[in-house]
Amino acid sequence: MQKFETLTGVAAPMSLVNIDTDMIIPKQFLKTIKRSGLGKNLFDELRYTENGEENPDFVLNQKKYRNSKILVVGENFGCGSSREHAPWALLDFGIRCVISISFADIFYNNCFKNGILPIELPQEIVNVLMQETQKGSNAQITIELENQMITTSDGTCFSFDIDSFKKHCLLNGLDDVGLTMEKAASIDNFERQSKIERPWV
Amino acid sequence: MTPKTLYDKIWDAHVVHEAKDDTCLIYIDRHLVHEVTSPQAFEGLRLAGRKVRAPEKTIAVPDHNVPTTSDRSNPEKMTEDSAIQVAELDKNAKEFGIHYYPVTDIRQGIVHIVGPEQGWTLPGMTVVCGDSHTATHGAFGALAHGIGTSEVEHVLATQTLIQKKSKNMKVEITGKLPPNVTAKDITLSVIGKIGTAGGTGYVIEYCGEAIEDLSMEGRMTVCNMAIEGGARAGLIAPDKKTFDYVKGRPHAPKGFQWEAALSWWKTLYSDKTAKWDKVVTLIADNIAPVVTWGTSPEDVLPITETVPGPDNFKGAKADAARRSLKYMGLTPGTKLSEIEIDTVFIGSCTNGRIEDLRAAAKILKGRKIREGLRAMVVPGSGLVREQAEVEGLADIFKKAGFEWRLAGCSMCLAMNPDQLRPGERCAATSNRNFEGRQGRGGRTHLMSPAMAAAAAIAGKLTDVREMS
Ligand code: SF4
Repeated sequence: MQKFETLTGVAAPMSLVNIDTDMIIPKQFLKTIKRSGLGKNLFDELRYTENGEENPDFVLNQKKYRNSKILVVGENFGCGSSREHAPWALLDFGIRCVISISFADIFYNNCFKNGILPIELPQEIVNVLMQETQKGSNAQITIELENQMITTSDGTCFSFDIDSFKKHCLLNGLDDVGLTMEKAASIDNFERQSKIERPWV
Repeated sequence: MTPKTLYDKIWDAHVVHEAKDDTCLIYIDRHLVHEVTSPQAFEGLRLAGRKVRAPEKTIAVPDHNVPTTSDRSNPEKMTEDSAIQVAELDKNAKEFGIHYYPVTDIRQGIVHIVGPEQGWTLPGMTVVCGDSHTATHGAFGALAHGIGTSEVEHVLATQTLIQKKSKNMKVEITGKLPPNVTAKDITLSVIGKIGTAGGTGYVIEYCGEAIEDLSMEGRMTVCNMAIEGGARAGLIAPDKKTFDYVKGRPHAPKGFQWEAALSWWKTLYSDKTAKWDKVVTLIADNIAPVVTWGTSPEDVLPITETVPGPDNFKGAKADAARRSLKYMGLTPGTKLSEIEIDTVFIGSCTNGRIEDLRAAAKILKGRKIREGLRAMVVPGSGLVREQAEVEGLADIFKKAGFEWRLAGCSMCLAMNPDQLRPGERCAATSNRNFEGRQGRGGRTHLMSPAMAAAAAIAGKLTDVREMS
């Protein structure tokens, strides 16, 4: 997994609430057996017309947002299915950070497994950042994970909270499976005990 | 001893390791796998030279992509990429030695229907699957939730998950349901009340007389949609109905193991003085047959109501309603019971079990669907299908004008050929009415199987109470 230390980039706004994983990556693109190559279909049904042409109204099709690395989005972002194709598509497009009032649980977890930082902030701060995105490519937002700080183009700073274990993994690009494998002895123990207590499992 | 909720009890029984910051390693008793969210996970194992730690606790079944027509075992009936995914699952199941139900096996079906049917899902277990509707298994008093593909790989390799504990929410449905009001109406009404993010950060336990009165099928319908309320999992305390359902299933414990299991299962309930972080109560008597009007499962109203307008909502929700109404092609003020439909879909892991088919068939018996309508029943598993044939339900559906399909996810998410065309409007018993869910531009109204059957007859959304 790619490390996440400091990110500076353009932030694009998507204020719609309840943006679900079907919107982020529609099911016809889940038939892949790979993790890569989904960026071109990120937000497919919003981004392209039925004829496959770009919809000029969609935010990421506008020149100033084409190279966005950050999204500022409406609440409950990523609700719906557990498809990890949603963060894969975001990452493949180049999005490394998503900011919202709230995220759906599974999506939130999936982001961390892919080097994407989802940041939850109170409504007032999200509103300020949403305003900031209006400056388009003139507004570079900087996110520093180590000291948990967001800095806008005019130097305003906001701090954010994050789970310490998730932060540690993201900062160091650690692979969960490897970490858990180190606890193999505890798992063996648990299984031995459980064979006695719940032999039917 | 500190009083505990059911969730606390199951959680505590599965902690392998707890770090100082409360991050836990949780043991996973059952891992269900399907073709869409697993190929990258198996590939990850292969690349790292890892094995499946507990293949005997892992089952695989193809369901999302598979066609539901009778010629489906011919791979040419699938698009190339669907066929590749199914073939990958086939290969991975064999290579890693996990239990497998291919499309040619009568036990094949939607993973969340197959698990309980085969007795893989048992009370007090932890159950995961790379699918958000894993919440379904909570109906057995099992802690069950959806995971992403990286976590699928993590469970395959270690039989554990890294988790932090969620908060406890109690959703109580007091009293008795009125006639023709079903589990689906309960679960949709709860989401209407708490919103699609209302359960975020929580595990919900459903309880109360109306929940106790439900069959196991009905309880699965309720828990299935816990995720639509944002909750990590839904739970219902196991009782005699649960034990009776489980007993004798192929992978349920037998003999003295059954007795041992039973005595533990009987301790699985929330203590009277347990502490809840949030409590929500609904009075069963006030629940009506409901339908959704928008593109979020929280956009739900009794069938007797009218389509709301953006002015009924505030702020960002008003914008969302405006967008929903445009997408759904609906005008505020229209009676819900005047909305005409052209497709009916009965099936999915929410409502593809035998009781669901019985409820729909009861309404359809001796009647015909509205001319020109496309209607299909997709049983949740081959065994449900067989049972429905034995009971004569299949004949009722066919005579009424329904297509009688083979088991799979089908038009619930339209990854197989069963899809809505742009602008088509569907009465569906599935769980998501998101934009494009059943096909690009397709419009979905969620409801119970009986309500979907009534809609099929009338050609429009209809109050089933006027038809039974
Ligand atoms: S029936 Fe629908 S919701 Fe259930 S597992 Fe299949 S696609 Fe998912």
